[in-house]
Formats: sequence, C-alpha cells, structure tokens
Amino acid sequence: MFALRPEVPATVEVFVDGAPVRVPEGASAAAAVLLAGAAAIRETPISGAPRLPYCMMGACFDCLAEIDGVANRQACLVPAAPGMRIARQRGARVAFEA
Amino acid sequence: MRDESFDAIVVGGGLVGAAIAWGLQRQGLAAVLLDEGDVAFRASRGNFGLVWVQSKGLGAPWYQRWTRASAGAWPGLAAELAERTGAEIGLAQPGGVHLCLGEAEFEERASRMARMQAEAGNAGFDYRMIGAAELREMLPGLGPAVTGASWTPYDGHANPLRLLHALHRAFVAAGGAYVPEAKVTEGEAAPHDFAVLAGGRRFVAPRIVLAAGLGNAALAPLFGLSAPVRPQRGQVLVTERAAELLPMPVTTIRQTQEGSLMMGDSMEEVGFDLRQKPEVMREIARRAVLSFPWIGRLNLVRAWSALRVMAPDGLPIYDQSARYPGAFTANCHSGVTLAGAHAHLLAPMIAAGALDPALDPFTAGRFDVRAAS
Amino acid sequence: MTIDLAIIGAGPAGMAAAIEAADLGLSVAVIDENPAPGGQVFRGVERAGGDPALGADYAEGLALARAFRAAPIAWHPATTLWHLDPEEGYLSLDGAPDLSARRVLLATGAQERPVPILGWTLPGVMTAGAAQILLKTAGVVPAGRTVLAGQGPLLPLLAAQYRRAGAPPALILETTPRGRRRAALAALAAGGLWAGRHLLWKGLGLLAETRAIPRRRGVTGLRAEGRNRVERVVWEGGSAACDTLLLHEGVIPATHIPMALGLEMSWDAAQRCWRPVTDAYGASSHPNVAVAGDGAGIGGWEAAVAAGHLAALDAAQRLGRLSAEERDRRARPWLALRRRALALRPFLDALYAPAPASIPDATIACRCEEVTAGQVRAAARLGATGPNQMKAYLRCGMGPCQGRLCGPTVAALIAEARGTTEAAVGLYRPRAPYKPITVGTLARL
Repeated sequence: MFALRPEVPATVEVFVDGAPVRVPEGASAAAAVLLAGAAAIRETPISGAPRLPYCMMGACFDCLAEIDGVANRQACLVPAAPGMRIARQRGARVAFEA
Repeated sequence: MRDESFDAIVVGGGLVGAAIAWGLQRQGLAAVLLDEGDVAFRASRGNFGLVWVQSKGLGAPWYQRWTRASAGAWPGLAAELAERTGAEIGLAQPGGVHLCLGEAEFEERASRMARMQAEAGNAGFDYRMIGAAELREMLPGLGPAVTGASWTPYDGHANPLRLLHALHRAFVAAGGAYVPEAKVTEGEAAPHDFAVLAGGRRFVAPRIVLAAGLGNAALAPLFGLSAPVRPQRGQVLVTERAAELLPMPVTTIRQTQEGSLMMGDSMEEVGFDLRQKPEVMREIARRAVLSFPWIGRLNLVRAWSALRVMAPDGLPIYDQSARYPGAFTANCHSGVTLAGAHAHLLAPMIAAGALDPALDPFTAGRFDVRAAS
Repeated sequence: MTIDLAIIGAGPAGMAAAIEAADLGLSVAVIDENPAPGGQVFRGVERAGGDPALGADYAEGLALARAFRAAPIAWHPATTLWHLDPEEGYLSLDGAPDLSARRVLLATGAQERPVPILGWTLPGVMTAGAAQILLKTAGVVPAGRTVLAGQGPLLPLLAAQYRRAGAPPALILETTPRGRRRAALAALAAGGLWAGRHLLWKGLGLLAETRAIPRRRGVTGLRAEGRNRVERVVWEGGSAACDTLLLHEGVIPATHIPMALGLEMSWDAAQRCWRPVTDAYGASSHPNVAVAGDGAGIGGWEAAVAAGHLAALDAAQRLGRLSAEERDRRARPWLALRRRALALRPFLDALYAPAPASIPDATIACRCEEVTAGQVRAAARLGATGPNQMKAYLRCGMGPCQGRLCGPTVAALIAEARGTTEAAVGLYRPRAPYKPITVGTLARL
C-alpha cells in the first residue's frame, strides 16, 4: 500500500495490468506497480507465490514483470514512460507460441 | 592416527565416484566416498545433463555398446534413487536429435550415422535422418538455417545436480560414509590392501576405486595404474525458466526439468584454465539462436565453464591394477550418460573383484600399444 | 580505442573518481545500470535533491552529481557490465558498446544485508532501502500502517524522512540486542568521539526527531504473517497489524563482481561481511583493478567520495600521469576526510552488529528458487561444506539474482550446521554474465 506525496506531480500515465495509473517522472515501472496497488508484480515459476518488489535496487529480481510485451524485465531498473504497459509476470515465461 | 576400515575406498565424490560408490553399497559393501571441498575442479557441477548415445563411439563400437547399456540401466537407477531419497531426477528418454545447420552438415551427419550403424553389426543401431519439413513438425520454432537432423530413440537427459545429490543421499542412507574436504594426499598399495591419507584421516580397504577425475592422472601411478587424462574446457549457457517447449533434447540445446534452456558444449584445449570467454559464449548463443530464434528473447541467467576429463582418444578409461589386484580406475567425460553403467554394471564387477572382459578395450594399456607400434 | 579508466558505478565513489580522473587528464568512461547518476545513497538526487523531507545530507549529493555531469567523461547510463577480462582490460557491456580500458575501478557499492525471516517473501514486505528509493525517485510513501524493523542508521533516518513527508511509521521494532549500547559506547570512548562528532550529532538529531514514534527494543523472533500479503508483524511477546513491513539489518559490500574476478577477499568480522582486499588507494589483488566506496567495505558516502578521489589519483600515477610523490601529496586531504568519515564506524559496527541468526527451518533462504533454511541445514549435514556445493545440491543461488540475496544466509546456515565460521565456509563463486542478458544480445556481440 503506497501513495504519492500530494506535492509531487504525477505526469506520466502508464498501465498496470491494463489499468491506468499516473506516476511522477523518474518513477520506475516497479514504483508504478506499487502505486497502482497491485497485489503482485509476479508469481514465482516454482510455487506460484505472489511477490512485490523487494529491494528496488536491481539486486533481488523479485520485481520481474512483463513490460511492453517483454517478459521478465527488472521493473525497478526501467523508468516509467508514457503509455508503458506493465503486466504481472505469471510464472515461467512463454518463450514461443506457434 | 586410527585406521578407518572399509570394504572399498572410492576416491572422488563427483558423478563417477558417487555412482560407483552407490553401486558398491547397493551390492552390500561398506564403502567410503572421499571428496574434495567446496571449490575444486568439478566436472560434475558443469555437466550438460544429456543421457546421450547417438554421437558416441564412431570407430569404437565397444563404446557405443557401453553407452547403450548405460542408457538402458538408467531407468532402474532413477527409480531406485527416487524410491530411496524421494528425489525426482528428471530422467526423460524420449529420443534425441542432432540438428544440422546447412546442407554440408546434414550430409556429413548422414554419412556418420550410416557408419555408426555399419559398425554396430548385430547389436543394431536404430536411427533416422529427418528432413527439415518433418523436423518442423517435431520441434517448435525452428530457424530457417536448420536443414535437418539425425534422430535416435536411445537419447535422453536428466538433471545432473539432482543426480549428484541423490547419489550422495542414497549412498549415505544405505550406510555409506561420505567424507567431504578429504582430498587424498598419500596412498599405500599392496595386493588387496590399500590405505590413503585424506583430510587428516587414514582409510584402509581391500579395494580402491580411483574416480577423482583430472586428479586421477597423479593418483593412478601410486596404485599401479595409469590414467593419462587431460582437461578440456567446455562452456555452458543457461536461461531463465520458460514454459515447457522442447519435447526432446538436442545435442547442444536442452530444456531442463525446471524449464531453463541450456546451451553448450564448446571444446577448448586450454589446460587448467576455467576462465569464461565471451567469444566462445557468443558462438554458443549464435548457434542456439540459428537453431531456435525464440531462444534469443530469453534472459541468460547463468553460464559457466568446466573442465572435461579427457583421455587421449576421448574414450573412457576403465582399468584394474595387475600389480595391486583390488585397485581400479574409472575416467570419463560423460558422467551423466554413464551413471547407469557405473552404478549397475561397473560397481558389481568391482565388488566381485575383476572387470569384465567386455571392458578390455577401455584399458589404459591401449595407449602403450599405440606408443609402441 | 582504449581508454584510461573505466568506472563501474556512478554512486559517490564512482562520481568522485570520474571527476578527479577527468581533471587529471585521463580518458574516462562510467557505466551504471541506473538511468541517472547518484548510486543508491543519492538515488534520484537530480530530481529530489532540494526536497526538505530528505534532508541536508542527501542534498549534498546534488553538487556531486552536477560536477559529474559537467566532467568531460563518457557516461553510459542504463548499462550493465556482464563480463570483464581484467588481463585484456575488456569490458563486455549490455546497453553500450564494449569498452577497452587500461584500468578498471569497481565502484559497485553495497546492498542491504538479507533479513531472512518467516514471511519475508510476502507482498508488502520490503527493505527499508527499497522504501527510501521509492521516496527519493518518485515521492512515494507507504499508506496504512507501516512498521520499520531491524537496526542500523538507515532506520531512524527513514523514520524521520517519512515523518517529514507526512507519513510517519506506526511502529519501530529494533532488533539491536539489549546491552549493546554499553559495548558500543565503550568503543566510542576508545576513540572516534571527537572526529565523528558531526555524524553522531546527526544521528542523535534523527533519534530526537522520531521520539514520538512507538518503538520496541531488543526485538527477537521477528516474522511476517498474512495470507497473500503481510497483515501482521509478530515478535517474541508481541504482534501488531501491519500493511507495510520494512526490514533492515545494515548494508554489506556488493561482492558479486570482485568474487567473479577472483579478487582476494577478506572476512570483516566487525561488519560480518566479505570485502575485497585493497590498499589505501583502493588497489585490489589484481594489478589492473581497483575497488572504491562501500564495495570495498562499508564506510558511508563521505568515505566513498574520498576513496573515489584516491583511486583516481592512483590510476593517474599507474598510467604515468602523476609521480608517486605528487599522488601522495594530493591524497592527503582525501585520506584525512576518510579518517573523519570513518571515525564513528567502530561505534556503529559495535552497536549494530547483526545478532546471531536463529532462522527457523521453514524460512525461505533463497527467494528465487524458494529453498528453505531447513533444506540448507540438511544438505550441510549430508556434506555440503560450502555454498558452491550447496548450490549444486539445492539450486539455491541459481535463480536470476544469482545468489546476491541468499549468499550470506546460506553461508551462515552452513557455518551453523557444521559448527564452523562464515569466514571458513566462503562465498558463492559467481560467473559471467554478472547480470542476466538476453541470449540474442550475446549472439549479436
């Protein structure tokens, strides 16, 4: 559960699991997911357990998400950009679909 | 120092030593398995994980037979390890393919497979050359550079690390003594009477098996044996987990039990040098992407280099000491493929005291003959 | 083209080194995986450097970042080093073309010490450092009941920043064992009090500022509970409702690249972590590689700035641009600054030394592969004497984080199960790629 401080302008609109959310410039995709109040950013490929970003500094890889159609990206290292689509990474990625 | 007495000493806790030690314990012998510590040249931790038959033994049909026998013994090994430890080793033997990029590779492969079949004689060698169109039905998302493949029904793969863990667990559960941090520093040999110093302890037994990988080269002469093995570097790349896609392993690409795509098998003659080389990694990646373009999108999460245990002719060395009966040595680079044979065929021979004549061609003496002729 | 100095990391040490090296006429390239300079301590400083909630210390990073931007260097943001050949000076990069450099400075900083408690993988549990990064980069604060748990200078700082930002935490759970203060004060009395007075003063100020926040001292048996997210934090003798649990047990050097390069490492008993062995100028055991900043041992940003300057001076000397005498002369003020900045360190190390872990068997040790402490203990008893054999047995450390998060925990569990020390157990030996890259990127090298 996170919120934006009222004095910070939210100027970038991104989509988290399809829903629009406005975040400030400089926010990462991971921050956008937290601001959107998503229950999880990924489900692990082992047990399917839900996870949200943990370290926010590129070390833990718990913020892996599908960003603009690319699976398993480290959302804490990707700056939010207008129109960016961030989706939950559901378990192991699908590498190829016939 | 108190002597610790066993029926057999196995030197080397990698896949070869652990499979033999498990096989001996399974035969009712009390064995001790001596291993090094956390950091060592461990081919077993770098293994690609194929249970692979189709490329083995051109010009050496006895190696082809031994490999086939091992693939045949594997289901029994996997089942007993699962039963005793609960470990799922991920053995799958759906057959396997060797992909060819370009027409020349396809022609060359076809002629190699035909020779393998001719050499197999009565033992038979079932294979097919599969053209690009049919192959595209078998494997998802093949690249345009793939011209075809050879296929045999004997091939498969397993999880080499779970195999290692399960062998250690099954061995210990059956009463075996697994001793890490116990690199052998001294050895004494007499017929049916061996002693080694390792990790500050002294172990004695009427049988000893040298399965110390590259360490065998120095150990073997102490026991009247010869193991002229050298390191050959191989590099492997592994991706993140992906949903299951590949129905069967390919010689240099397989999807693991966990879903990772594994790519590999460079062969580099660089001595005891474990450095990774980006240009070699690139070539492995390049061939993988030519084979399956979708692999290019996957994240590479791990890569490593490891040293294969190579005899001068690339075949295993199995031997017994003439001077000190009871001393044996096993050396090979295919510790996963041959695990079935080591546990279920070789270990009983060692327990009984002598190697079967079928293994005669694998003696290290073969190198003396060549040197003399 | 071969440049003089490649710097990995644009935090305080990396920025300071780049500014100094460029000033000395060296050709310099700096890479960082983040989109902007600052490192973690000055993360987002160009955006938020003037924010009163973040404080005066943070604002000091702004001048450094501006000087860095103005320096004549090649700056490669959003770029990852995935392999380094130190003999050839060849850097394989993702995000920028590969580089050749005569000397390489690792300024890769620190990471937070993992805090493996039951429930630490639940959504809603994150590190205090992560929460602070959200505040710095995006002005994001937790909503609902926030609990800070652990110990170290970051906790009172974050509590104060949240209070200033209008989102004070509901509760602070301090894990510093009772009686620790006396030992720490003894360490302080032994020296450092005068030289470290400004840092001590800042710390006391933060404590005063957060006095109104409820806190429990000497907390043990910490765990997070909840169904699909954290709902409650529980400790020995108490519990509290909780929407966000922020954990912190101090920071440790990021040893991934030094270990992959095989640099000589030493166990820092005071800080309970590994650090590369370096001389006063940051030179490592490899003749072409230096390490500066928190990556060479935790000292904070001021010490890191000094270390960056020192490493740049040493690079210039090794590359023939400065005599040894001139290097030493110019080094004096930076050595003095570092001494001052480190004066309080023995006190902090003594006060905030991590309590001996008693990690329940069901706790997840490896977050990526979901390997539990109990599994690690069992495999250690079977015969895995170090983290590398443990990795082979259990897959811990094989996930995308490549062992960054589980390494210290796995080593501590092995040491505990086998009755030895973490120093004897050792570390994972990471390999390239140091961070994941796509197979396609590699294939097109």
